Amino acid sequence: MNDEITRRRLLNNLSLGLSGLAGLVLGVPVVAYLLSPLLRPEQRDWIDVGPVDSFPQGRTVLRAVADPSPLPWAGQTAQTAAWVRRTAEQEFTVFAVNCTHLGCPVDWKPDANLFLCPCHGGVYYSDGTVAGGPPPRPLFRYATRIQDGKLQVQSPLFLQSGQT
Amino acid sequence: MSMWKRIWRWADDELGFSETILPIIQHPVPRGVNWWYVFGSATLVAFLVQVITGVALAFTYVPAPNSAYDTIQFISERAVLGNLVRGIHYFGSSAMVILIGIHAIQVFLFGAHKWPRQFNWLSGVLLLGLTLTMAFTGQLLRWDQDGYWTVAVLASMVDRVPIVGHWLTQLAVAGQTIGGATLTRFFATHVFLLPALIFALIGVHLYLVIRHGISEPPQPGVPVDPATYRQRYHELLKHGEPFWPDAAWKDVVFALAVGACVVALAVVIGAPALGRPADPTIIQADPHPDWYFLWLFALLALSPPALESVIILGFPVLLGVVLFLVPFLGATGERAPSRRPWAVGGVALVVFTIGVLIAAGYAAPWSPDTQAQALPADVTQSLSGDAARGAQVFVDKGCIACHRIAGTGGRRGPDLTYVGDRLSRDQLTIRIINGGNNMPAYGGNVTSDQLSALVTFLQQRRYQP
Repeated sequence: MNDEITRRRLLNNLSLGLSGLAGLVLGVPVVAYLLSPLLRPEQRDWIDVGPVDSFPQGRTVLRAVADPSPLPWAGQTAQTAAWVRRTAEQEFTVFAVNCTHLGCPVDWKPDANLFLCPCHGGVYYSDGTVAGGPPPRPLFRYATRIQDGKLQVQSPLFLQSGQT
Repeated sequence: MSMWKRIWRWADDELGFSETILPIIQHPVPRGVNWWYVFGSATLVAFLVQVITGVALAFTYVPAPNSAYDTIQFISERAVLGNLVRGIHYFGSSAMVILIGIHAIQVFLFGAHKWPRQFNWLSGVLLLGLTLTMAFTGQLLRWDQDGYWTVAVLASMVDRVPIVGHWLTQLAVAGQTIGGATLTRFFATHVFLLPALIFALIGVHLYLVIRHGISEPPQPGVPVDPATYRQRYHELLKHGEPFWPDAAWKDVVFALAVGACVVALAVVIGAPALGRPADPTIIQADPHPDWYFLWLFALLALSPPALESVIILGFPVLLGVVLFLVPFLGATGERAPSRRPWAVGGVALVVFTIGVLIAAGYAAPWSPDTQAQALPADVTQSLSGDAARGAQVFVDKGCIACHRIAGTGGRRGPDLTYVGDRLSRDQLTIRIINGGNNMPAYGGNVTSDQLSALVTFLQQRRYQP
């Protein structure tokens, strides 16, 4: 009788254990696949925005910046918008369009010299600092450089809490 | 015996329908299970309608950013009955959210969440959460401007989670930006992952209903007492009636009514017109969730900025915790609503608050008016000189986006129709130069001529009886 109970318990534990192992064998690769966005190394590429001379000085203009290696089916989302302000001959500030409050796209009003967010009325001055409304911090900026007479920004282009 | 009867006999013997399934369907339920009990099955029917129409849509819809919008357009405009199927799916999702809400409220007010049905309430809370997540992810699949920018807003909110916010954002959008991988991830979540969880939980939910039986109509003066409840319930069942068809016919009639409503709305009103296709380079956008999330949208817009992160992240958690605790606070005791004033009051407060917030979400006075291009003629036609120039400055400098004059303009800031009666020249000048209270300081953005003209214009805005 004792032998049977021990054997039964062994079979019970073995079945449960092997089922758990089966779960892991299938689960770990699948979960890793789903978490792959976190496991990929961050891409830091320099992307062309346009020739330096195409930007009038002292003005803020909207430009579409292309993802350097988009997925083939990304369609229109291969592009991101950015506000480019030429502050001096060789000085540029490139702002992300996402409002720092909750991510809605801000619009530049040239006559008012302000960025206005349509969602909750966040307002920024031309240098990106907060003029009014709920945004907690100035507009996000992309790292810029000038290479071969072309303005370039550094990816990733999406809002990141660590970005200046 | 006829051939058909013989075939049925054979099938029934092998399948066990009469022996096993029929007794379950015909299980006794207490007398008095009335029309208030139909909402659970109606929610299930709404879900099945969503699954069926969803599968139909998936036969054509391609979840990639370069095709999503076009395939939805094809479904809406070219596919035979495509607009109807899409319309049923759209109105069906509203029906499902409404019905699951009514079902939860009805169960709560009837005290059917108390012992021994507490686990069923918990599975129901999870189903409620999953339903709302389905509604949210479904809206995004339209991949129009609203959808794209709603994802941007979601990512922005998720980014606020301390420590892991950055990683959660990358997980949510499947990468560094909202791109090709984002939409496919939302599609797989909406079509495979969440429905699988919902099906599993519905299984648990229905199993528990069968196990504990449908709760008897609550009676004042008859509290739930674990020591005696099961015995009492069994006694009731002895005088009960079979679920099918004596109680189930009401479920069928109501489900039919719901289905007819949804189809009628799909035929008469039709699926919502598609907005512009998602384009990150078009920054004229004002993303809105569908109506059933407007209350949360309004709640966040009305929150004080200092508390915003706490509310965005803490509110859903708080809601979940409260809903989970419900069957344990008052696990026994009175079930009848007439003996539970706090329960009734609580529900009334919640419903009223959500209603008010949804109305506020529609009005959205916190959003500046980005469309206003000019003041109305009856404001400007009588003006000349400085005042006329000032009226133009009012539009050019964007004041009109936040301030209303004679019904035109935004409501973000105070209405300035009769501001001349309230503020002097000096007060107006100081306010415009210095800003304050969410208004930008215009000191550096306006010349002294423009300022003088603007103040002249505003000063003459007085009430004329």
